Amino acid sequence: MSRVFHVSSLALMATLFLTAQPAVAETPNEIQAALKQEAAGASGFQGFSAARGEDFFKAKHGGEWSCASCHSGNPAAPGKHARTGKAIGPLAPSANAERFSNPKKVAKWFKRNCSDVLNRVCTPQEKGDVLAYLLTVKK
Amino acid sequence: MSIYNRKIFQAIAVVLLALGVALPAVQADDDRDGKYVGKYGGENRGKPLQLGQTNSKFQQECSACHIAYVPGLLPAESWRRIMAGLGKHFGSNASLDAEDSKEITAFLVSNASNRWSAPTAPLQITEANWFRRKHGEREIRSSIWKNPHVKSPSNCAACHPQAERGDFSERNIRMP
Repeated sequence: MSRVFHVSSLALMATLFLTAQPAVAETPNEIQAALKQEAAGASGFQGFSAARGEDFFKAKHGGEWSCASCHSGNPAAPGKHARTGKAIGPLAPSANAERFSNPKKVAKWFKRNCSDVLNRVCTPQEKGDVLAYLLTVKK
Repeated sequence: MSIYNRKIFQAIAVVLLALGVALPAVQADDDRDGKYVGKYGGENRGKPLQLGQTNSKFQQECSACHIAYVPGLLPAESWRRIMAGLGKHFGSNASLDAEDSKEITAFLVSNASNRWSAPTAPLQITEANWFRRKHGEREIRSSIWKNPHVKSPSNCAACHPQAERGDFSERNIRMP
């Protein structure tokens, strides 16, 4: 009886320990690799392009805003929310180590911002291109 | 005096007495401006949050695009409506995952205005009667609203630097 209790309480402690951990921190390159795996599922995938990502980042896509409307045309510089004026930290990982280090946060913001800029979700190809561009931006 | 006359006299006395009690009550509450009873027609903000009575998820998530508006500025039903519509939040997608949304909604609802008696639930703080009354033409010159540092009436912190701590006291107002 006591052994059963012992084992189950150990399992419970292990579960609590694991679930109490914050989302596993990743690097921008690991996030890029995950996007690549997703994108590779589409036919004709030929890798990500920083140049295409830059065009995508700076262009409007039918809506009022581009990515650059809030993140500024220079992703190594701070941005400003286009409606509220609230300060936004730089988006390029070279200028802001927090960027693209938390997969949950990355997913949340791509979902929101793609909806605002394109009125749809972004494809893994588009996300990967933008990240490829951001990784080329020097501080 | 006949019994009939006495009854009329009593009725008038009762009416006068009732008016005598009711009139000062109405006059004393000179902030009535809606059809519901209470200050600001029942659309009154609650007391500021006590120090330490906050929620880190709320602070983090609700201050990414604007200041984290303290929950006491709106009634519970407003917060439920706002949190149910984050996919289209004043023109932007501000969606959260289910777990975060649940935790933040619970925090907002349990700290919502405790002085709101009207059955109204505006989506914008600036629509509330208390807000309109406090920010009318008599209070604020129109040039203030046009100041580029103000940008919008929703930008509390332009004049209330302590807004995020729920402090809107007059002595802490700094007009740009």
